[in-house]
Amino acid sequence: MSATAGPTPAAASRGAAFRPNWTARIGWVLLAVYALYAASQLGFVPERLASGLGHGRQFLARMFPPNFSRWELIQSGIVESLQIAVIATVIGIAVALPIGFLAARNLMPPWVTWPMRALIALCRSFHPIIVAILFVKAIGFGALAGVMALIVASVGFIAKLFAEAIEEISLKQVEAVRATGAGFLSTLIMGVQPQVLPRFIGFATYQLDSNLRNSTMVGIVGGGGIGATLFTAYQRFDYDVVLAILIVIVTLIMVAEIVSGWARKVFQ
Amino acid sequence: MSATASAALAPRRWQRFSLGKRLARLAFTLFAVAAFAASLRTIEVIPEFLYDAPDQLADLFGRMWPMDVGYVGPTLRALVETLHIATLGTLIAIGIAVPIGLLAARNVTPSLPLNLLAKFVFVTSRSVNSLVWALLFVAVFGPGPLAGTLAIALRSVGFTGKLFAEALEEANRGSIEALQAAGAGRLSTLLLGYWPQVKPAFWSIALFRWDINIRESAVLGLVGAGGIGVALDTALNLLYWDQVAVVLAAIFATVIAAEIVVTTVRARML
Repeated sequence: MSATAGPTPAAASRGAAFRPNWTARIGWVLLAVYALYAASQLGFVPERLASGLGHGRQFLARMFPPNFSRWELIQSGIVESLQIAVIATVIGIAVALPIGFLAARNLMPPWVTWPMRALIALCRSFHPIIVAILFVKAIGFGALAGVMALIVASVGFIAKLFAEAIEEISLKQVEAVRATGAGFLSTLIMGVQPQVLPRFIGFATYQLDSNLRNSTMVGIVGGGGIGATLFTAYQRFDYDVVLAILIVIVTLIMVAEIVSGWARKVFQ
Repeated sequence: MSATASAALAPRRWQRFSLGKRLARLAFTLFAVAAFAASLRTIEVIPEFLYDAPDQLADLFGRMWPMDVGYVGPTLRALVETLHIATLGTLIAIGIAVPIGLLAARNVTPSLPLNLLAKFVFVTSRSVNSLVWALLFVAVFGPGPLAGTLAIALRSVGFTGKLFAEALEEANRGSIEALQAAGAGRLSTLLLGYWPQVKPAFWSIALFRWDINIRESAVLGLVGAGGIGVALDTALNLLYWDQVAVVLAAIFATVIAAEIVVTTVRARML
């Protein structure tokens, strides 16, 4: 880093090749100071970490080997999670499309887009688990609450991206279709839809993935699916069953990722 | 695809996709419809609950209003803790993800086993939900924000690491080869060759993940891992809906504020 040879007049006038950036360095120091402060606030103390290591060893010992003897329970939970994810994605998309369309600023007047954008922001800002709690409290335990929660999450995600995709389309095609005397619906189908369909498939498969991940979780708060089984096993300290369920969930999510990647390729 | 001789005879028919692709699309659509129909038929939904839902929701929101002003203080304290969890969790995640990301990038680490190992770490980290990570860490470290922070950190490693490795792989060889030709060591090549090129991507990934983590850290308290979720859980268990409303409003305001911060910082820096 430092110059080893004595600087010749020419080199001195050129200056160092890599000048130190003091603002960046101060920024990094401030970040480090903040990290230390936050760690002290959150209970990162050496004793706790050390005792945690001991507990961790015990915990792992109780997790291994995974216990698949309750496979029937795991299977029914997984199937329910899959069903929750599929239903929530389909209905979520069906609800999100009109909302996303109404939120697109190039096709709709501001008095329509503003309330729609607020609605989308509201759907997006709460974690699906929180929405699931509200639905569980309102309509009772079970898969329905999970489905409703994931529909809200899907609307927040798909409607936002769909509105953005529509805002990026070329209006020339839309005008061309309009110039042929097409009605409103025909303009949508022939002018707008072909331009956004490929991206839309991408959003839909991504949302299915993410709904699947969350549908394995909503059970923790009573929303149905494998999460309920997982949480019960956890509370009963059956950590070997917990590990078995985790292995099944991770496998399922990896398979889903491969399938949705394949779907995206097919529809491109 | 088709023979040119027949194309000359018959009027040409334009097709956007090949036959195989169209069949695959049809098969996929059918599969999706069948899956939806099968799910609807077999899932256990009690119809009475469904008819009832709008009334029940309206009743719920009715009980939330007016909000309990006395609960603003505890909520704000918990909110600060949530912000700490999200930020420190993101920082720890980056600290873990950057070295593994260096191992995952094929141009930085030309070793297939190491690349695959790093990618395996990323996939595992992403496949386990942050709530599950939190459950595991609560069992190890006991309830509290320590478990929550580590859950956020481990959950984010996969996301940040994967994107960082992809950014590294897109780095231009030119300046790196120039540095190597000048006799720069490995560290210097990383700091002066790769870093300036991936810096914008790095900050954008970090900001994006921080934004996500603020949402995620708000629910960790439900499994005892600290933050504003604890306040939410307490209020829910006591059925103090006017307090629940305060917590939800605080989460909403924070998420919106974080989004505004991220958008401004991104516009300024990148």
